[in-house]
Amino acid sequence: MKSTISSKGWALLCLVPFALFFFAFQIAPLAWVASNSLNTAEGWGLGNFQQAFSSPFYRQAMRHSLEVAFWSSLFGIVIAIIGSYSLRQVSSRLRDFVMAFSNMTSNFSGVPLAFAFIILLGFNGALTILLKQMGVIEDFNLYSKTGLIVLYTYFQIPLGVLLLYPAFDALREDWRESAELLGASTWQFWRHIGLPVLTPALLGTFVILLANALGAYATVYALTTGNFNILPIRIAAMVSGDIFLDPNMASALAMVLVGLMTLITIVHQWLLRRSYHVAR
Amino acid sequence: MSPAEKRSPLFHQLVVYLLFLILLLPLLGTLVYSLSTSWSATILPSGFTFKWYLALWSDARFLAAFGRSLLVCFGALALALLLILPLLFVVNYHFPRLDGVMNVLILLPFAIPPVVSSVGLMQLFASGPLPILGTPWILIGCYFTIALPFMYRAITNNLQAINLRDLMDAAHLLGASTWRAAFMVVLPNLRKGLMVSVFLSFSFLFGEFVFANLLVGSRYETLQVYLYNMRNDSGHFTSALVISYFMFVLLMTWAANRLNKDKS
Repeated sequence: MKSTISSKGWALLCLVPFALFFFAFQIAPLAWVASNSLNTAEGWGLGNFQQAFSSPFYRQAMRHSLEVAFWSSLFGIVIAIIGSYSLRQVSSRLRDFVMAFSNMTSNFSGVPLAFAFIILLGFNGALTILLKQMGVIEDFNLYSKTGLIVLYTYFQIPLGVLLLYPAFDALREDWRESAELLGASTWQFWRHIGLPVLTPALLGTFVILLANALGAYATVYALTTGNFNILPIRIAAMVSGDIFLDPNMASALAMVLVGLMTLITIVHQWLLRRSYHVAR
Repeated sequence: MSPAEKRSPLFHQLVVYLLFLILLLPLLGTLVYSLSTSWSATILPSGFTFKWYLALWSDARFLAAFGRSLLVCFGALALALLLILPLLFVVNYHFPRLDGVMNVLILLPFAIPPVVSSVGLMQLFASGPLPILGTPWILIGCYFTIALPFMYRAITNNLQAINLRDLMDAAHLLGASTWRAAFMVVLPNLRKGLMVSVFLSFSFLFGEFVFANLLVGSRYETLQVYLYNMRNDSGHFTSALVISYFMFVLLMTWAANRLNKDKS
């Protein structure tokens, strides 16, 4: 055997191409954004952030981002919880089919999804007209915040089901039977056993859905051609729009988004560690 | 039948069918729209036709965009394999402790939205030593980072399942060099896992829009950008495009699932 130093040296050399590409396309752009967010017309400082948090326009973008992310994650996870639980109770044929279909639709996002929703729920959409004729709704504007929440909820459901379905493994059927034998009602079972056992998985899924919605750009861009005021749209408009370019301000807003995502990722990692504890 | 199924099977079946209906509706709407002659301000279309699909598949611009998308996606996947395979081998065989570092690094592409990276990428690659903004090369580089977390995890699981160290020791004992052992013994054992992760990565790279639109746009029009640029065209035409795109992705994921099932 040759000396181990040289073989380890070769091994390290194998890592160089990966490191170069990863640096060029992931680390360097992020570093540029982070440093230029502090670059203002008057020199280095927090001016961009002050402007971002004091301008009503940018504040609206942040609020819209948080609102759309929060509500779509909440609706998405509720539908996914009910769906996953029921999926476990039906015959395996139906279950496998619907699960496979749900996984399939997780690829149905971005521009194609926006187009599909315009056809279905746009001003002249078939579903809009149907619901209007039935008197369920008076008017529906897909291009508004409510419309976006509906659209985002749709793409949250498959991801929620994918993540939550396995989590129900932790809930053993005999616990339910034991609880029932001891006289617990369905509500009591969920309140004292079901939900506490599932909580880490539910919270973990919820933060992933939040992150998924916060970073989404393609769907809202295709739907409103960039006219809805939401963080990812604002950021992109300031680097690729034709009217007003401000890469430094774009960087500051991007860092706000990164800050939110980091917070979410840290919470997720922390929950993940806790859920192992519970799963044991 | 398990006791739970007896309790209220009808209710759960209804819920599952409702879930299926919700997920199906946008797709079904698009499918019907793509097959109808005209459909506006009514609940049902007035007639059915294949002409939108014929128009789409004979459109040179569409075929060119489709080809470009294939080229960029497969280019990025080839690059990803070329960079990730040596990395995984070295990490697992020589420096197992690096796996912890890598697990943090691969969170980055997941946690940093493409729109954020784009801001930096646009400035860094517009000029300077590597002026590749507006060319497919920048997309290949970016798509490598998108595929990275997924491929890294999938292949790591696969490597752990084949007992890399024992396999390498056995090959060494039989007189093979490390290179030879890696290529002739380890790689063939990973083939199926690799194929599955490539097919699945392909299905989401093919639908990528943010990098494609912001960094390259119409200068190298990929399928998603073409779809977006066609937004003012007939809705029936774009529906045919959406359905064609979705069917193609479906075929890819189906192939991946087939491969996955064979394994177990």
